[in-house]
Amino acid sequence: MSIKGQIAIVGAAETSELGRIPQLSALGLHADAAVNAIRDCGIDKAEIDGVASAGQSPVAVAKHLGITPTWVDGTSVGGCSFMLHVRHAAAAIAAGMCEVVLVTHGESGRSRVGNGAWSPDLQSLNGQFEVPYGPTGPPTMFPIGVLRYMKETGLTAEQLATVAVVQRQWAAQNPRAMMRDPITVEDVLASRMIAYPMHLLECCLVTDGGGALLVTSAERARSMDLTSPPVYVLGTGESCETPMVSQMEDFTTSKAFRVSGAKAFAESGIGHADVDHLMIYDAFAHLPIYGLEDLGFVGRGEAAAFIGEGNTAPGGSLPLNTNGGGLSYTHTGMYGMFAIQESVRQLRGTAAAQVPGVEVSVAHGVGGMFGASGTLVLTNQAQ
Amino acid sequence: MTEPAELPAPAPQPNLETQPFWDATAEGRFLLKRCDTCGTVIWYPRFLCPDCHGTETSWFEASGRGTIYTFTIVRRGQGPYAGAAPYVAAYVTLDEGPTILTNIVGCPPEQVEIGQPVEVVWHDTGEGSALYRFRPVG
Repeated sequence: MSIKGQIAIVGAAETSELGRIPQLSALGLHADAAVNAIRDCGIDKAEIDGVASAGQSPVAVAKHLGITPTWVDGTSVGGCSFMLHVRHAAAAIAAGMCEVVLVTHGESGRSRVGNGAWSPDLQSLNGQFEVPYGPTGPPTMFPIGVLRYMKETGLTAEQLATVAVVQRQWAAQNPRAMMRDPITVEDVLASRMIAYPMHLLECCLVTDGGGALLVTSAERARSMDLTSPPVYVLGTGESCETPMVSQMEDFTTSKAFRVSGAKAFAESGIGHADVDHLMIYDAFAHLPIYGLEDLGFVGRGEAAAFIGEGNTAPGGSLPLNTNGGGLSYTHTGMYGMFAIQESVRQLRGTAAAQVPGVEVSVAHGVGGMFGASGTLVLTNQAQ
Repeated sequence: MTEPAELPAPAPQPNLETQPFWDATAEGRFLLKRCDTCGTVIWYPRFLCPDCHGTETSWFEASGRGTIYTFTIVRRGQGPYAGAAPYVAAYVTLDEGPTILTNIVGCPPEQVEIGQPVEVVWHDTGEGSALYRFRPVG
């Protein structure tokens, strides 16, 4: 049994503002995005019978919005959780458990309003075997494998910096992007060193914001009076590898990426050449490099040259992270929702930096530090 | 308007969504929100109406009167409430509609009954806010 083409995203929206939103709590950001998505597709909230969210509990989100669901998903495996929510929602809708699912994200990453404090459980595995050695969270822990990748593949500091430069080219076309001024490789390499070899401009932003999706069956979508055409789910994948980044099988490639990506592509039945637009969650500049290789768009060690040749830049053959990404657009903490939102916009033809003729878009997310992964293959073509 | 606490009064930590509510407590005013679109009275304070999702809402001052809906007598307090037991944790239904968690004060716990009319009293937290508690009327 496959859900290929049977499920549609019929509503998609982000919070009214992005960046600094101290007037809303994290839960308020979920609600703001949800209301915008509900208005986006013109549905009555009484039709929503499924709720999925991460960060804030779906229980809190449902209560805040006055929704009584028959299906609830609180999968929380980091920033790719929303890819998994769409996948789980697709299965639940196909199984008849629910008909219209609301997926929400909201995070007060910058203002820290009602967002909870980050403190590791010192008895957890990483609390015992990583935290005592002084890593300061994602900025040190996430890129720690990239130096090994550089050693093994010959990736240069300039090539890594180019990832940030190209994404800024996209962001420059996007009024909602937080960082829009053009930058050069020299600018990136001259920016403050955060944790060797990562410079400030190679690290994601820290912002407030959120996003929401409404997912239903393609059949029901046909009977709805939608303001935007449906975006159909062609294939989905998910996987996980390790709660401790130090226990990856190989620090130069993500097993969770490879498994999730292969699953989504297999279900969709498409080949890489069919992909018109790509989103790869970029918490740090090396993630698009890992993603391009682990999803199979290029071979081992080829991603940096592929980016350097302009293939992922405006006008290139594989437009990548066209909103500007976590590096330049926004990064609340669990950015995966924004990758999906940009895929939907590109497929609707409403993106700020619209790529002409997008029919297939892939949104790929990471959870934690290469801990988990989720992949969506989406299309605007009814199956 | 506020009076010294007979129970601990730990200060809540407001955010911009709830700040007007907590600011008003320092003046002994219990604010509720009403949806400008459908009239629903909204509790807890938030920027939208949970009924119609309208985002135009207005604060108004509640009467401070209500009725005990149900309650329990806490026999062992925790944190700031260590040593404060016995005390009453109750749900009070406000005259305006919402039901909220609070304490019943001003009478021995064993005299508290479901259905008793109550009125708000304010206990200063010492940090620019007050906790709403309720005491039996008459």
